[in-house]
Amino acid sequence: MPGTKEIRMKIRSVQNTRKITKAMEMVAASKMRKAQERMRHARPYGEKIRNVAAHISHANPEYRHPFLVARDTVKRVGIIVVTTDKGLCGALNTNLLRLVLGQYKEWQAQGEEIDVCAIGNKGLGFMQRLGANIVSQATQLGDRPQMDKLIGTVKVMLDGYISDRFDRLLLAYNRFINTMKQQPVIEQLLPLAGERLGAPETVWDYIYEPEARAVLDQVMTRYIEAIIYQAVAENMSSEQSARMVAMKAASDNAATLIDELTLIYNKNRQAGITKELSEIVGGAAAV
Amino acid sequence: MAAPTIHVDVVSAEESIFSGEAEFVVLPGEAGELGIYPRHTPLITRIKPGAVRITPAGGGEEHLIFVAGGILEVQPKVITVLADTAIRGADLDEAKANEALKRAEEARRAARDKQEVAAVESEVAMLAAQLAAIRRLRKK
Repeated sequence: MPGTKEIRMKIRSVQNTRKITKAMEMVAASKMRKAQERMRHARPYGEKIRNVAAHISHANPEYRHPFLVARDTVKRVGIIVVTTDKGLCGALNTNLLRLVLGQYKEWQAQGEEIDVCAIGNKGLGFMQRLGANIVSQATQLGDRPQMDKLIGTVKVMLDGYISDRFDRLLLAYNRFINTMKQQPVIEQLLPLAGERLGAPETVWDYIYEPEARAVLDQVMTRYIEAIIYQAVAENMSSEQSARMVAMKAASDNAATLIDELTLIYNKNRQAGITKELSEIVGGAAAV
Repeated sequence: MAAPTIHVDVVSAEESIFSGEAEFVVLPGEAGELGIYPRHTPLITRIKPGAVRITPAGGGEEHLIFVAGGILEVQPKVITVLADTAIRGADLDEAKANEALKRAEEARRAARDKQEVAAVESEVAMLAAQLAAIRRLRKK
């Protein structure tokens, strides 16, 4: 039977752990709210730029932007993997990376080569262990995704696509469904599927300044960047909610553990008292 | 009769910067300053870094918003400014891309170093274990 002192120390240590997880839970909850707000703020831009892009490509069918042209043979694939910088957020990264790994193995089996762009520390570390060819990366994004930090990283991938280095570009991230549920997904970014771009809401006869092509080039790049930015923002929301849920579970577990330990401690103490009493009584009877 | 108004949205990838009715808007278009009144002909253009000046409906103080470039879409009743969040330019983007490449290269090197260190460490550990085993055998 463990000593009373050991149990007491154990209880104290679990109590301290619970304090930490509780604090992390609350921090994550407040960050989650902000992250969700940012995610929503990013939406109008994405929607508007999609509309403009759809409109221009609709109005200028003779000019096919390279992003819209599907290629016949796929010899090399580019994938952008969005993960978190920090851990302690449940199985969020594990689930995503497992999905990516499955896909990765499949491509390897088909003899396709793979270029990886890692956004977030966890994915970077994983890809390095895997021995993947990492062509660009962005880490330490902080709590607020900043376009500025993503531009260079994304440009490497877009340039790679335009210069025919690879024929397909995919994006893997955690889609935020709600606080309790995040879905790891792999989406195709390039070539851009026609359905994704969709049809424009209204058809106007626009004047283009400068010519339509130049505007379309810029709009397309911005559109892809907006999608990636949105993915990063969603991943951050997912991270905070996953962390909140994980820390809540940890706090609850700690509470259960404390209850159990307290019970054992009390039983132990009671057993000691009973033993002492019976010794006294036995001693008195002997006299 | 009140002056006709036009709805103005200024959005960037990170946030919605301005949304409201306006009587008159001035923007830094790529080909020069643009002044837009309601019922302007549809127009799409790139804009340069500079100030967007919005005269809100019913008068009042002019809104001044700085944009780092972007795209402007004008419809007769709606103006949408898709603002960039940072100053962009081919050279700047190129520099950022190069930076990203360099970071990736550094990370790869660091990873290789770490792998080498791990390999050497495991070898050292194995040799130490062998040595210890030999010593133990000698004692017997």
